[in-house]
Amino acid sequence: MRAGILRSPSPLPGFGLSFGIMMTVLSIVVLLPIGALLGRGLMIGPADLWDMVNSRRIWSALTLSFRAALIASLFNLVFGLMLAWVLVRYRFWGRRFIDAAVDLPFALPTAVAGIALTALYAPNGVFGQALAPLGLQVAYTEIGIWVALVFIGLPFVVRTVQPVIEELEADLEEVSATLGARRAYTLRRVILPTLTPALLTGFALALARSVGEYGSVIFIAGNIPNLTEIAPLLIVIRLEEYNYDAAAAIGIAMLVISFAMLLAINAIQTWSRRRIGLV
Amino acid sequence: MSDIALTPPVPVTTEAPLIRALLIGVALIFVALFLFAPLVTVFVEALRQGWVAAIDALRLPDAQAAIRMTLTIAAIAVPINAAFGIAAAWAITKFDFPGKAFLITLIDLPFSVSPVVAGLMLVLLFGANSTLGGWLIANDMPIVFAFPGIVLATLFVTFPFVARELIPVMIEQGRAEEEAALTLGASGWRIFFTVTLPNIRWALLYGVLLCNARAMGEFGAVAVVSGKIRGETATMPTMVEMFYNEYLAVAAFTLAAVLAMLALLTLLLKSLLEWRHADLLAATRRH
Repeated sequence: MRAGILRSPSPLPGFGLSFGIMMTVLSIVVLLPIGALLGRGLMIGPADLWDMVNSRRIWSALTLSFRAALIASLFNLVFGLMLAWVLVRYRFWGRRFIDAAVDLPFALPTAVAGIALTALYAPNGVFGQALAPLGLQVAYTEIGIWVALVFIGLPFVVRTVQPVIEELEADLEEVSATLGARRAYTLRRVILPTLTPALLTGFALALARSVGEYGSVIFIAGNIPNLTEIAPLLIVIRLEEYNYDAAAAIGIAMLVISFAMLLAINAIQTWSRRRIGLV
Repeated sequence: MSDIALTPPVPVTTEAPLIRALLIGVALIFVALFLFAPLVTVFVEALRQGWVAAIDALRLPDAQAAIRMTLTIAAIAVPINAAFGIAAAWAITKFDFPGKAFLITLIDLPFSVSPVVAGLMLVLLFGANSTLGGWLIANDMPIVFAFPGIVLATLFVTFPFVARELIPVMIEQGRAEEEAALTLGASGWRIFFTVTLPNIRWALLYGVLLCNARAMGEFGAVAVVSGKIRGETATMPTMVEMFYNEYLAVAAFTLAAVLAMLALLTLLLKSLLEWRHADLLAATRRH
């Protein structure tokens, strides 16, 4: 057994083989590539990295990616909670169908979603024509990016909150009602606090996914530098110019944002587990 | 005190019927506008010039090559991912070793990395301007802008699917059944195939299903790594983009419609698994 030092008292066989396969695939697929990006960053050096990221076009792209993801995730927070509540608590025709459809953004390839949304919201599209009299242009503006990210992020909020609503004890609501609380008060003071950790987790997951989203956004965004050009697209552009250092600099900035959000999600889950024992 | 009698009964553990109807209505409109409308659009645009034009579009050599490419990639990446997932779940759930929690975080990591950044990492590691990449190209084994790069990119973005489905299920099932088989003299492989695999088969199928959907649909990471060479490294999603940018709308949407049908099939199978085997899946109990 190669990994003999790590071998546990478990009598079952196969530790060496399974641990070996796991570490080999993990190293080749995940660790080496991440190492290559971070190594490139070290070779460039922090000062030069900062210089490369510190341009108007890159700041615009990074803040746009983050701002649009934030707006779309807030929107999904509200509508995702509502959808999850309706799906768990109410019985209506087609409920199971809607429940299954919530996962559509997970299953539908992002490029397909991207061209479909663009066709819908383009000036000659069905929604585009309907919104034009209101003076609202969605495609090729930042609003189009929000729409694409709402599509991408929705299942994260619904699927995180739904199981927690399912596990809510009816007793709490009954107690609250017998103590004289009105329904709205019970919802706000009894149910919402219980759902808060799951809501925050779902929000953070949607945000993390939306910040790095590429396929569904680039078709509808219009991709105008400084205005509707998202950070991942800027990486693609730099790579096509063979400017690997600049691409790596933006990539590292995005990786740092991802890590920060991963830590935030873990912190939320630890906090909620300590607070009410729910995730 | 006659006004109390006049007040209509207010429901105490659910919302008033009017509010309920309102919430259901808003939810349905939201789903129709944000989820169903884009899906329907794919098929409407694909059939804009009729069935014949759509079927002709699928007969284009570039479309055919892209379909073959995507099927080949999935046929290679999904089994590797399943093997990794099973190995990782076995090592993590049947044994104790230090750093386990960190390892699980590492396995989950690819989900929080932008697909474009994933592609960038592979280009930096295996591209022509890196030491390793230069050596591989000199020895006629190019990875970036070639088939192996697409497989690696697909493996990266689908990495956690099988493992994160199996690990919670296998933690819950414990080690007792396997240990009993061991005392009865079964070999390691026999324990796996006759004790463990029957217990995890639905969870494994569920993970493989999601992994396959993402493998066939991945765009960002593959677009960066493949170089999108038509007929050679273009996959179905990247071919959709190229057709679309060339204003070949029917071809783009027809290929997209094939992918959308695959997504619908995935959702159908996933829902069937969730309804029939909910107690054996991690996804329907977790979070």
